[in-house]
Amino acid sequence: MSDPVLAGVFYLVAALTVASALGVVLTRNILYAALFLVVSFAGVAAVFVLLNADFLAAVQLLIYAGAIAVLIIFAIMMTQNPVKAGISNEQRWPAFILAALMLVVLLAGATATVWPLSSLAPLEATTAPLGKLLLNEFVLPFEVVSVLLVAAMIGAIVISRED
Amino acid sequence: MTIGLGHFLALGAVLFCIGLYGVLAKRNAIIILMAIELMFNAVNVTLVAFSRFITPNLLTGQVFAIFVITVAAAEAAVGLGIIICLYRHRETVDAEQFNLMKW
Repeated sequence: MSDPVLAGVFYLVAALTVASALGVVLTRNILYAALFLVVSFAGVAAVFVLLNADFLAAVQLLIYAGAIAVLIIFAIMMTQNPVKAGISNEQRWPAFILAALMLVVLLAGATATVWPLSSLAPLEATTAPLGKLLLNEFVLPFEVVSVLLVAAMIGAIVISRED
Repeated sequence: MTIGLGHFLALGAVLFCIGLYGVLAKRNAIIILMAIELMFNAVNVTLVAFSRFITPNLLTGQVFAIFVITVAAAEAAVGLGIIICLYRHRETVDAEQFNLMKW
């Protein structure tokens, strides 16, 4: 990926994603936080496009920017006391120091490791190979995750039911 | 100016740490859930980047990302259900108030 246009697109998308992620944790209005979260999810979908993961980019937009965002906005509408929405607790500075330390450790680990990079070209279209993988090699985890989704759905209904 | 694996790993690390800060420092339970979703996204970026740069002809990293997305969706549904239930009983979503099982 040496094209300067692609590099420019990457930096633009990365800046947008990180800025809106910062918006999620720094804004005081919880509805703005949810909207920043949608922008951040869309940015991650663009990152997936840059990584030649076309199917995952579509799934990211459908599930995260579509379904989960709507779910979160519904929950905000049903539970908010907007006066004291996005405020921090008293662990703010320790949390900041811990997150900064974590970032240093992750970046140091990523730069110190010699990755066994491959020079093969990525697959052009990933949807059909992904489907084959999910129903052959990964069929057991696929079924388990289906059961998990049903269990979570029933659980969410039972928990939030009025009685 | 080549965009390589390191750039995507750095992006994933930054997103993960922003999410970590949100989980630790916020009072509102819904914001904590949103920050957890940010951390899931960061892990997905990292998995897909490894898949693209280390095993480009296998799609194992992307299959893992699909499972992460599924579990994140289940987690969001159950988590928001619990928050709505708690709000109905306690009339707040402030995580500091949920200390019934604290010793």
